[in-house]
Amino acid sequence: MSAAAAAELAARQAYGRLVAILAARTRDVAAAEDALSEAFHAALRRWPETGMPENPVAWLLTAARRQHGHAHRHIQVRAAAEPTLRLLLEEAPETADIPDRRLQLLMVCAHPAIALEAQAPLMLQTVLGLDAARIAACFLTSPAAMSQRLVRAKARIRDAGIGFELPGAAELPARLDSVMNAIYAAFGTGWADLLADGAGGTGLVEEAIWLARLLVALLPGAPEPKGLLALMLYAAARRGARRDAAGRFVPLSAQDPQAWSRAFIAEAEALLRDAARAALPGRFQIEAAIQSVHVEARITGADRAAALLALYDLLARLSPTAGVLVARAAAIADAGHAQAALRELDGLAGELAGYQPWWATRAHVLGLLGEAEAAREARRRAAGLAEDPAVRAWLLGAQDHAGPRNQA
Amino acid sequence: MQYALIFAEPATEFQKRNDPAAAPAYWGAWTGYIGAMRAAGVMTGGHGLEPPILATTLRLRDGQRHVQDGPYADSKEQLGGFVAIEVPDLDTALEWASRSPAAAVGSVEIRPILLAPADA
Repeated sequence: MSAAAAAELAARQAYGRLVAILAARTRDVAAAEDALSEAFHAALRRWPETGMPENPVAWLLTAARRQHGHAHRHIQVRAAAEPTLRLLLEEAPETADIPDRRLQLLMVCAHPAIALEAQAPLMLQTVLGLDAARIAACFLTSPAAMSQRLVRAKARIRDAGIGFELPGAAELPARLDSVMNAIYAAFGTGWADLLADGAGGTGLVEEAIWLARLLVALLPGAPEPKGLLALMLYAAARRGARRDAAGRFVPLSAQDPQAWSRAFIAEAEALLRDAARAALPGRFQIEAAIQSVHVEARITGADRAAALLALYDLLARLSPTAGVLVARAAAIADAGHAQAALRELDGLAGELAGYQPWWATRAHVLGLLGEAEAAREARRRAAGLAEDPAVRAWLLGAQDHAGPRNQA
Repeated sequence: MQYALIFAEPATEFQKRNDPAAAPAYWGAWTGYIGAMRAAGVMTGGHGLEPPILATTLRLRDGQRHVQDGPYADSKEQLGGFVAIEVPDLDTALEWASRSPAAAVGSVEIRPILLAPADA
């Protein structure tokens, strides 16, 4: 790791911790960020040259204190930051042995009183310190619109009085779900960009994984965050294998397992095993388990269709979303029940007529049933709905028997 | 933080107030709820309101008084009362709101109370 990257990593770890501490008392996230921003700029300038300080949080506090001294002489520092800077002096002990309240901060960001579309951007800014322009690029909006969304959300935290206490036992599971959903939504957005440009994407995938890792570290006893992280790692592990040298889409069944990231898969497997010990299955754990079985089946060549169907049955009970129900229909077909799969798909026809995976899965099932012409037609419809040009090309070129399965 | 909990009830709830069969349960639920807020020491004020049929709405337009029979907005749920509470944060206010009889049949709006700068 370069000195600059090490400095950024340390600054990022410290950033969310300091924002969480400062905002907990005042609920004023914007003022906390203002108070810290100069110190962080100084850190990112200095650390790569001088090397990392032994205690980055303490260094930043000292820098922020010095900034506070300047603030008396330079009135241009926002008046609102002033009480926060004073708080910094009172709250932070010299040793900087401060508690980690980033879990509280994550839960504030995912509070139901915060607009859904603001939750993940808010996490990226307050916990990781990303600037609005970078976040806007990740979510394909203008920097001005994203800034406004973030400013509004922070004003709401302060003015509606959203507390920085951890919710009680009754509320905690729902709030944790919101945190995980926001992280996964960010991951999904980043993934869609990867599909669209086929190149590096916006980096949002990595940021979402970072947040999931943080959540696992903050809640080591909770199984679902481990499931979430494992799910994201399985997807990321296969990232490079989704395209061939010519940029063409390669479905999971044709991917070269040698091209998968062994490190990511090993980490995901370990997380999933660890999570399973709690015996509290949840949506993310099951989705990760499905990925695990796919990976295992590809590597060993074993037929795991029955195991996959059992997992999809469980998932459909917990989380009957369109994507899950369509994927379950494909699993039914792959377990040797193509006719039953077609009936399942027919049952979903009304709501999902504009849903690309429904048509692609339908094409797959019709192909298995030997209805070549109907399969071709369904595949053309799927291709028309596909946003990823490589997937579209693959659908149009696929053989009748080839599946649309597991496009991730 | 000080919040107003603003209770909106559907017509069926207002009808219960004078229905011999339903009134005891209706009033019992509200009395119990208000009593719990008082006992916890969070309630700083508030009132129940007579039904919207007794409301009169006034607007001044170009110096003209327009007086209308009925509430300011015609909607399925109508203002039935409000309380002011003092609690640490929004989640605590949400917790109190969720215990109100209006939450399950109507809705509760939670709004921070606007404080004069000297009070803030």
